[in-house]
Amino acid sequence: MRHLLGTDGLDPATALAILDTADGLKRTLLGREVRKLPTLRGRTVITMFFEDSTRTRVSFEIAGKWMSADVVNVSSSGSSVKKGESLRDTALTLAAAGADCVIVRHPASGAAHRLASWLGHTGTSVVNAGDGTHEHPTQALLDMATLRDRLGGVEGRRIGIVGDVLHSRVARSNVHLLTSFGAQVVLVAPPTLLPTRIADWPVGAAGSLTVAHDLDPELPTLDAVMMLRVQAERMHGGFFPSAREYAITYGLSEARAAMLPEHAVVLHPGPMLRGMEISAAVADSPRAAITEQVANGVHVRMAVLYHLLAGEEEAV
Amino acid sequence: MSALVIRGATPYGEGAPVDIAVRDGVITAIGSAVDADGAQVLDAGGLVALPGFVDLHTHLREPGREDTETIETGSRAAALGGFTAVFAMANTDPVADNAVVVEHVWRRGREVGLVDVHPVGAVTVGLKGERLAELGTMARSAAQVRVFSDDGLCVADPLIMRRALEYTRALDAVIAQHAEEPRLTVGAQAHEGELAARLGLAGWPSVAEEAIVARDCLLARHVGARLHVCHVSTEGTAEVLRWAKARGTRVSAEVTPHHLLLDDERLSSYDPVNKVNPPLRTAADAKALRQALAEGTIDCVATDHAPHASQDKDCEWSAARPGMLGLQTALPIVVRTMVEPGLLDWRGVARVLSERPAEIGGLPDQGRPIAVGEPATLALVDPAGRWTVRGAELASIAANTPYEGMELPGAVVATLLRGKITARDGKATA
Repeated sequence: MRHLLGTDGLDPATALAILDTADGLKRTLLGREVRKLPTLRGRTVITMFFEDSTRTRVSFEIAGKWMSADVVNVSSSGSSVKKGESLRDTALTLAAAGADCVIVRHPASGAAHRLASWLGHTGTSVVNAGDGTHEHPTQALLDMATLRDRLGGVEGRRIGIVGDVLHSRVARSNVHLLTSFGAQVVLVAPPTLLPTRIADWPVGAAGSLTVAHDLDPELPTLDAVMMLRVQAERMHGGFFPSAREYAITYGLSEARAAMLPEHAVVLHPGPMLRGMEISAAVADSPRAAITEQVANGVHVRMAVLYHLLAGEEEAV
Repeated sequence: MSALVIRGATPYGEGAPVDIAVRDGVITAIGSAVDADGAQVLDAGGLVALPGFVDLHTHLREPGREDTETIETGSRAAALGGFTAVFAMANTDPVADNAVVVEHVWRRGREVGLVDVHPVGAVTVGLKGERLAELGTMARSAAQVRVFSDDGLCVADPLIMRRALEYTRALDAVIAQHAEEPRLTVGAQAHEGELAARLGLAGWPSVAEEAIVARDCLLARHVGARLHVCHVSTEGTAEVLRWAKARGTRVSAEVTPHHLLLDDERLSSYDPVNKVNPPLRTAADAKALRQALAEGTIDCVATDHAPHASQDKDCEWSAARPGMLGLQTALPIVVRTMVEPGLLDWRGVARVLSERPAEIGGLPDQGRPIAVGEPATLALVDPAGRWTVRGAELASIAANTPYEGMELPGAVVATLLRGKITARDGKATA
């Protein structure tokens, strides 16, 4: 694997290898006092974040540091990007400065793909840490890792993704990855928050993708439900009438959570808007796997860096 | 006395090859074995003679963005593409919304002398869509503006559009509308379809174009004015035009070569060379546009030639400017999409690339028949010619062609403007 740009088209065998590596890393580090492996010593990883983010950037930074890579963080506010430098020049500069891997988050969909094409002649790998409303592949991988822990796998499982699918890179990456592992994904949202003809999207042959506008009838059928964040600016964009109506119609209240089967898992990519898409009581309930998602995020990102930067022969 | 004999060309690709004698810019004889009598001879064996092409939609970028194109380089590209007249769009800097700017563009075109450069005047001051520019003054200037457009932006306010249509009735001019309802295209990046949705590119719905075209057809009919629709890109717009024409609306329409050939499958690379306004639509739209052009619902082909600097294209998709080069590749794309599948013959090519655009733009000396007494304003085309597009080799300063590396059929071998050879064998001849 040279880059990780998305889960659309990601070979399931590669995804499985990343997940298995993440599991191995998790077991290796469990209960250790010093959580540091020498695997990526001497490798340089640069995070380039052109959007505000705490959890993803920190997760990648910890992942790199636990693998002993040198991690350098670049943000748009503190760099020449502020002075009008193009994304291409920034990327070429960082590659020339010795980056083995560039982890990029950018508001433009496709930004990671552009970086990969500009860096094609260098040895630098690109990891997409979220590009516009397109993909966020490591989020989908960590969600998958969490579902494997809780459910033992997703094949034949019915998984709801609820909320602003239209603007969600998390939803897109999850649709591709979950269906490629045989999950039945159902997207639940008002028609204004669903992407064009999403029910016709090509998805993993083993899985399926359907759409619903009404959450309640879906709940008893779900093995897991993923609540998406509703961004404040969408409320003013006319996508739905009011925050109140949204919370009433699509929010995961305690009463709704009670309609889920006993074993069903609640996921949220964070940051949560308690009281909006999810009630505080549900977010803090045992069926919520939200902090496990964060913990798995570090192991999955360690595994991604390992598969990109360590040679096949090197042991974890 | 400039004299020239074109040997062995086939007018409109019909019948036997003939010789065409030219003197003082006018065709003086057409026949077999015309006596050269000391005149310059242009060997046109195997070539099709067509009236010189007229482009209703060109961005020459001067004044303002001379780093991407000038009237001189754009004129060269036009001549090499077989064009003898181009309409230079008004979205320059400063905007061509007054007589000073349109006369400057017109004069620079005359000085370069490779192609008749007709400036398009802005409909509204500064392209802001708020109040009418001095249309009458521009029409009566030396540039004699006959086409007005805020191209790049839509005249969205229905009252402003109504007034513009009404007012131009007195000027024998036409409003060329860039049909894009701005409220439906806020943040739009690519055709609103399955692929753009998957790629996370905000959608540019077909209805944003179709709604404005329908509205403007109704307005034009209501006030008895002429309307021209720029760069039709959807099947639905073709249906609206068919309906409007059937009920007698004075509406004409153009389609670009790229909307005839390319579709939104191109998006998946995220390469902004494919970013254009209106966006590349679906393969079904492209097919419907070819059909509409063949049957005359869409009147003509216009390039929307839009040069952009590399830094405005070699960037992330959402930061890139929309537009692509088109002058030198227009005929080959028409051959590929219309002639090769049998949708148009060469007579039809003359209609869509020369005669109809000349009529719509009000040019009495362009798009003329190839006949004795008519101006020798011609494009000589090698139908068997094949060439590979290289952006860096095109005459424009900018190199943003979506056809890079493609082999295209139909080469323009020579272009004549009133008897003067303006391009020959790939070189513009000033």
